[in-house]
Amino acid sequence: MDYSMFLNIKEELMLISLIVILLLYDLIAGEKGRKYFGLTACILLGIHTIANLFPGEPVEAFGGMYQYTPMMTIVKSILNIGTLLIFMQANTWLNREDTKFKQGEYYVLTLSTLLGMYFMISAGHFLMFLIGLETASIPMAALVAFDKYKHNSAEAGAKYILSAVFSSGLLLYGLSLIYGTVGTLYFNDIPAGIDGNPLQILAFVFFFAGMGFKISLVPFHLWTADTYQGAPTNVTSYLSVVSKGSAVFVLMIILMKVFGNIMAQWQAILYGVVIVTITIANLFALRQQNLKRFLAYSSISQAGYIMLGVIGGSTLGMTSLVYYVLVYMVANLAAFGVISIIRQRSGKIDMNDYNGLYKTNPKLSIVMTLALFSLAGIPPFAGFFSKFFIFAAAFQAGFHLLVFIALINTIISLYYYLLVVKAMFINENDAPIATIHSDNYTKLSLVLCTAGIVVLGILSIVYDKISLFSYGI
Amino acid sequence: MGIQVEYYLIVSTIMLFAGIYGFLTRRNLLAMLISVELILNSADINFAVFNRYLFPDKLEGFFFTLFSIGISAAETAVAIAIIINIYRNIQNIQVKDIDKMKH
Repeated sequence: MDYSMFLNIKEELMLISLIVILLLYDLIAGEKGRKYFGLTACILLGIHTIANLFPGEPVEAFGGMYQYTPMMTIVKSILNIGTLLIFMQANTWLNREDTKFKQGEYYVLTLSTLLGMYFMISAGHFLMFLIGLETASIPMAALVAFDKYKHNSAEAGAKYILSAVFSSGLLLYGLSLIYGTVGTLYFNDIPAGIDGNPLQILAFVFFFAGMGFKISLVPFHLWTADTYQGAPTNVTSYLSVVSKGSAVFVLMIILMKVFGNIMAQWQAILYGVVIVTITIANLFALRQQNLKRFLAYSSISQAGYIMLGVIGGSTLGMTSLVYYVLVYMVANLAAFGVISIIRQRSGKIDMNDYNGLYKTNPKLSIVMTLALFSLAGIPPFAGFFSKFFIFAAAFQAGFHLLVFIALINTIISLYYYLLVVKAMFINENDAPIATIHSDNYTKLSLVLCTAGIVVLGILSIVYDKISLFSYGI
Repeated sequence: MGIQVEYYLIVSTIMLFAGIYGFLTRRNLLAMLISVELILNSADINFAVFNRYLFPDKLEGFFFTLFSIGISAAETAVAIAIIINIYRNIQNIQVKDIDKMKH
């Protein structure tokens, strides 16, 4: 037997060994050693990120079960960096009394979901894809319910796991119909059998509904707000950035590779879903007071924007999608980092509590402002360029009206993002949140995110590098 | 073979929609979980039937079924753990009582 093909999955193997090392460390290290757990995890993940930064050659392993293109290294690196930033922000929360003794579980579970996303991204067979998807979503439910003495966390966990199982049930049913009509589940062999008969369209609709739950597109978004609000803030940011980013990329790859023959049909479905997603999420975001709920609806509408990159199925679409995910990640992590540290130190989460924050915490307010500007797409920041490219991709594919509707929605979203900015800078408050001293990890992650927000839009090399590896239908 | 493919598909389709209906109408977390299991099992039946009747020379569908049973067992285990946790917190697993977050 030829074991050399295992070299092709070296990224996954490295991550598995990382998980095992951390698991053993958790078992062996006592009370004392656990103090350095966060540091160890960050350093190991950092080494892993750097070691897997450079793309290799396109390759297939295990008889087509595993497919690799250089673009996947880019996406996996983005996910790695996102996870690293989240690990840095987790430290304050994990050192609390009630979570201190189980911080090892947090790191192992998070890395397990990351491993699932890796396999999902590089899958070449629907079985591999399904296993990756479930490896990504089952430990995620455990993470959502991590604060087990808090009712909100358990409630969020129940809502997450039930909708995750429901959605994967629908997805499985869709896959079974595809198997029935085509007779194979290999991504390479399916397109030859896809001719657009009604059963295949039905199968596609089931499949898309299942994926829509994971990405939280309207009308499959109902779990999102509750889960985001109830989960620990750190897990929420992981859910909204890393989990969503990987699912979006996988959906794009499968739509292009497997369902390329029925492109006209899925474009019609996406067209409607994008309009509904962006509009409804924006309208609901207008009336949120809780900032985590607010960012949940904001992330739903951002998912709608990301879908604009999918709809064309073009090279430009893939470039702008990956770039958008990267930019969205740094902006969202900056916002969640600020919310998380304020929540940990003062316990406040509502928009009214943020009134007059600038007086007491000028630095945190500025980071939050930059993040919200980037999410809204105001010019000098990276968010503007990512929105511009993703609109250009959809426009080039001929969806003029869709881009116009998305543009109008950008203006609506500007209103609610600026509401938070107004609360921090303009609104008066007799008792603003006291000055907060964040720990060094959080500071470092916020600095990195802010640098990303400012620099990613100006340095064209990032976009060029991504576009080098993109491909279309 | 006496029984046609269609009959199996009718059973699995009924199971699918019974599962969806149950998921949307049941007001107890465990009952919802059972409904979801119906959906997963209907997909498994489909895989097995398609494999046996349409593509009997390969075993892809059966393998898929095996893996999907394992995965759904894992999902159920985590879901039940979370439901037990809710029960410990509020002594109840009715859906109407887990509505602390709502706007």
